[in-house]
Amino acid sequence: MSALRSGALRIAAHPVLAFWLFFAIFPFIVPNRTMATQVLIFGLLAMGFNLLYGYTGLLSFGHAAYYGLGAYGCGIALAKLHVGSLWLGLAAGFGLAALGGAVIGFFCLRRRGIYFAMLTLAFAQLLYFIGFHLSDWTGGDDGLRGIPQLALGIGPWHYSIETTIGFYYFAYVLVGLAVLLLKRILDSPFGAVLQAIRENSSRATACGYDVDRVKHLSFVFSACFAGLAGSLDALRLTVVPVESLYWTTSGQVVMMTLLGGAGTFFGPFVGAATFLVLEERLSLVLESWPLVIGAIFSAFVLFLPRGIWGTLTGGIHGRQSA
Amino acid sequence: MPELSTLLAQVFTGLVLGMIYVLLAIGLSLIFGLMTVVNFAHGALFMLGAYFGVFLLTYTKSFWVALLVAPLMVGALGLLMERFLIRRLYGRSPDDPLLLTFGLSLILVEGVKVIWGKIGLTLDPPRALAGAVNLGFMSFPAYRLFLIAVTVAVLIGLYLFLGRTNIGLIIRAGSRDPLMVRALGIDLSRVWLVVFGIGTALAGLAGILAGPMRGAYAEMGVTMVIESFVVIVVGGMGSLLGAVVAGLLIGQVVGLTTLFLPKAAEIMVFVVMAVVLLVRPSGLFGEAGLLE
Repeated sequence: MSALRSGALRIAAHPVLAFWLFFAIFPFIVPNRTMATQVLIFGLLAMGFNLLYGYTGLLSFGHAAYYGLGAYGCGIALAKLHVGSLWLGLAAGFGLAALGGAVIGFFCLRRRGIYFAMLTLAFAQLLYFIGFHLSDWTGGDDGLRGIPQLALGIGPWHYSIETTIGFYYFAYVLVGLAVLLLKRILDSPFGAVLQAIRENSSRATACGYDVDRVKHLSFVFSACFAGLAGSLDALRLTVVPVESLYWTTSGQVVMMTLLGGAGTFFGPFVGAATFLVLEERLSLVLESWPLVIGAIFSAFVLFLPRGIWGTLTGGIHGRQSA
Repeated sequence: MPELSTLLAQVFTGLVLGMIYVLLAIGLSLIFGLMTVVNFAHGALFMLGAYFGVFLLTYTKSFWVALLVAPLMVGALGLLMERFLIRRLYGRSPDDPLLLTFGLSLILVEGVKVIWGKIGLTLDPPRALAGAVNLGFMSFPAYRLFLIAVTVAVLIGLYLFLGRTNIGLIIRAGSRDPLMVRALGIDLSRVWLVVFGIGTALAGLAGILAGPMRGAYAEMGVTMVIESFVVIVVGGMGSLLGAVVAGLLIGQVVGLTTLFLPKAAEIMVFVVMAVVLLVRPSGLFGEAGLLE
């Protein structure tokens, strides 16, 4: 255990480098390469959620909204508006998620405390119903189909994302940059204020910080990461199912992050990998696999609130009212 | 414009839906007011109320027994949940009970599918309440009138319980100032247990009452719990009067939007919530800053 722990601590000391090294060889050490890409994308989504919950202390039960906005933004730009460039598609998804985060964040932050979770859930459900009924743009119940996997143009070079491994490294670079960005955010004075708000919001106010604005900004950043994850997933699947906006997606993100460890840098990726492996293994042998996942998740909340990665790196004590 | 009778029928349909919202929101609000626990499993317990109803109806052949016993069974399950699981989380962040009850609701929904299958079941209303009643200006299904009457009776009973009994007094005091209640030598943990039992039993009652109208299926609680959250946000958390008014209001919003703009019915609920958040962030009857 102590060898495992010192290894984990060494990784936690240089998280960005560790990410780039580990995920460079990741598809070759997992049996299933599709899952390798899924771990990257859902890890990114959970990482965005973790910025808000783990670092700012705001529990969002509606991250399906920004993931879905990113997916639909990218998908509609490429499949309906035929923008003809992968970069423009990604920018559309990213922009729509950022806009959604800004507007919904404004409403949700009008109530503090436990209301926040209920409001985020309600607004995500609102977007789900809009996506469901706006079928001219979203494909409604059938999902948005026919998203082209265009080649990536970088100057004179062309890179194809049509193969599984080609797509993996495309996602690897983008998620890697997002990881770098998150690290910069957390290490900045802004990141320190976020954690101050998590620990004691009134004290942060007393120190002269505009807590409401910092929270709102954290909400928008979080939505941006989720939107990038959504855009990538739309490109990977070439369809956007309407369930992307459904509350089950939000629940999955919450479970992934808590399994891995909220408020830890790598927890979201560890949690996403754990969740996806569990889902794959369990669904083969058991039709009602969500029951087992629900039980594991409940046990984690009760007995292992720091999650897998948090327990490895931080000891066995429970979170202090974080 | 639709005819007046159509409009009135829709107002009544909205009223019936509103009653279900009120039962759910009051239970949620009661639990939250005293324990600052948001019970995400409330929707799953609503669903269990309907399934227990089907189960009891099959074995006892009596709707009345089912109507009485199903909420008690759900309430008993609620007691177990509070005593053995949620209680461990007091003193931790208020997010933790919400997360735990989210996990529990997954277990309950999937568990029901294992036991009763994935296909929904039907629940027949008793023969005495089949058919329609002529109200003079229109006829309306007898069962739905019965549902309204039962809910009103339960609300009056709850009002008297909270307002006129000693334990009701302790519950109200406990949600206002738990520290002072403890200082007076009252064991609040037993009160929490009672309140959690009552709140979940109300969810079970809502479930079996809704059963004859929409049947019993595993996912029936999911949208209901989200809409009940909306009711609580609109009414003001912790305010029981707010839960009643907002529940009826949201029922009317759904009922009337279904008539005029069917596609927008689900969306309007959230639009009303957004407007209330803009105009009166603490909810219609909520006190600013209370329980935040």
